[in-house]
Amino acid sequence: MSSETLSLNLGPQHPSTHGVLRVVLELDGETVVDARPDIGFLHRGIEKLAENRTYHQVVVLTDRLDYLAAHSNNLAYVMAVEKLMDIEVPRRARYVRAALAELQRIASHLFWLGTHAHDMGAMTPLFYALREREALMDIFESLSGSRLTPSFLRIGGLAADIDGRFVETVKSFTDTFQGRVDEYETLLTDNPIWKYRTQGVGILDAPDCVRLGISGPMLRSAGTALDLRKAQPYCCYDEFHFEIPTGTAGDVYDRYRVRIREMRESARIARQAVEGLPEGPWAAPGSVTVFPAKGDLKQDITAVIRHFGLVMEGFKPPAGEVYHAVESPRGELGFYIVSDGGSRPLRLKVRPPSFVNLQGLVKMVRGRLLADVVAIIGAVDIVLAEVDR
Amino acid sequence: MNLDALRVRFGAAIGEVTVFRGETNLTADRDCIVSLCKALRDEEALAFDFLSDLCGVDRFPASPRFLVVYHLYSLRHGHRLRVKVPLGGEEPVIDSVLPVWETADWHERECFDLFGIRFRNHPDLRRILLPEDFEGHPLRKDFPLEGVRKP
Repeated sequence: MSSETLSLNLGPQHPSTHGVLRVVLELDGETVVDARPDIGFLHRGIEKLAENRTYHQVVVLTDRLDYLAAHSNNLAYVMAVEKLMDIEVPRRARYVRAALAELQRIASHLFWLGTHAHDMGAMTPLFYALREREALMDIFESLSGSRLTPSFLRIGGLAADIDGRFVETVKSFTDTFQGRVDEYETLLTDNPIWKYRTQGVGILDAPDCVRLGISGPMLRSAGTALDLRKAQPYCCYDEFHFEIPTGTAGDVYDRYRVRIREMRESARIARQAVEGLPEGPWAAPGSVTVFPAKGDLKQDITAVIRHFGLVMEGFKPPAGEVYHAVESPRGELGFYIVSDGGSRPLRLKVRPPSFVNLQGLVKMVRGRLLADVVAIIGAVDIVLAEVDR
Repeated sequence: MNLDALRVRFGAAIGEVTVFRGETNLTADRDCIVSLCKALRDEEALAFDFLSDLCGVDRFPASPRFLVVYHLYSLRHGHRLRVKVPLGGEEPVIDSVLPVWETADWHERECFDLFGIRFRNHPDLRRILLPEDFEGHPLRKDFPLEGVRKP
């Protein structure tokens, strides 16, 4: 760097980096000449830990990746193991999984919306967005006992059947939600300050996104309608009616528009899933991965033995390898699992959308003003726990 | 997905194509990786324009010990392919596929960081998740789970 430029350290302790991201910026006046992201502050070695856990024990580790969309991580992981074990999950479980995944997407986008708007000086949307997110957290809590880390999925199905209130609460949430999104839009969509701060900022066109491996709302805001829920449907997504919102400009404003519309679509899907919820088992009957029913443990000695075996030793999938990806709120979230036939994975690799999407940062901030960097980082929607693992 | 055209061009450098749980696996030699990836990307019928993921696998004590695994996706055709390259030795080296897919940059740095696999021609191959003065590569099987305590 020439002596004319100034190095500015942004983060890792800075509210607008949304966690422990550090970016070293080279500034010429207020213009960014170059940027060097520095990550890894939250690295906990989750992939190493997973190699030393049974397949069931890994479920709770996946919660700790993208903690704003923990259910999506659970889903991607259990589906990868189910693929490895060749398990057919009952329809009821798949519907519940889809409903939860969509509620989780709304919760994640709401948190993004509130904090992102707050970064740029708009205080009110944060309170609005967290109000609805709180209702969703209540749904997760009533179902699993946990707000942020539900771990409600098990390999082969769910941890338990949903209770009677779940369907009603989801219905009442989706009844009011479209009106609530209108409220957010009233605050932002035509707001001249918001537009001035976001339009034409942080542009990445579709070919650039593909070269950089960027997926999710960032790719769709540039006009490419890639969504794994449509491209490679899982969890009965092919039975629900929904659109894939796309943008054209690939800037911060279009990412906002895409996420807003995605929340509306997610509410529609969640509604369809609970309305069409099939009756039947909620875990694959007879599968070696599924725990025996609690009631049986008091009556049946073989159930106790099986339960003990699953907890202590786990189950042994065949040797082989699988990759399964789902559309998380941030993009393609995949799990690659290599099994050597033992009860623990030989290798578990997470394909974290945040990590890959963050690579686009340097290209987006070059030549922009320092204030735009905050807008651009916000619009990537990273979760550092997932970036660093 | 038809990989016959590749077989004609690369001959013995690409191994058997296997399918497990509906996923196609292709094993390839280290030396042809960049030209193979270019062909996979540019061949009309394959068009793997999206590198989903790149990672290492340590199969210690098996030999060859390491694998570098590429997960490819084609936006145009919607199909996926896994390419696996076995690497032996304590200091495994392979060519960087950065010229083919820009996204390989951080993936290769991560793979170097955690496995100690070197990527030739990578312009900025340094640790990414761990501190620069960290010793060892923790995803290797001979690296202890509880870490190494310095005296």
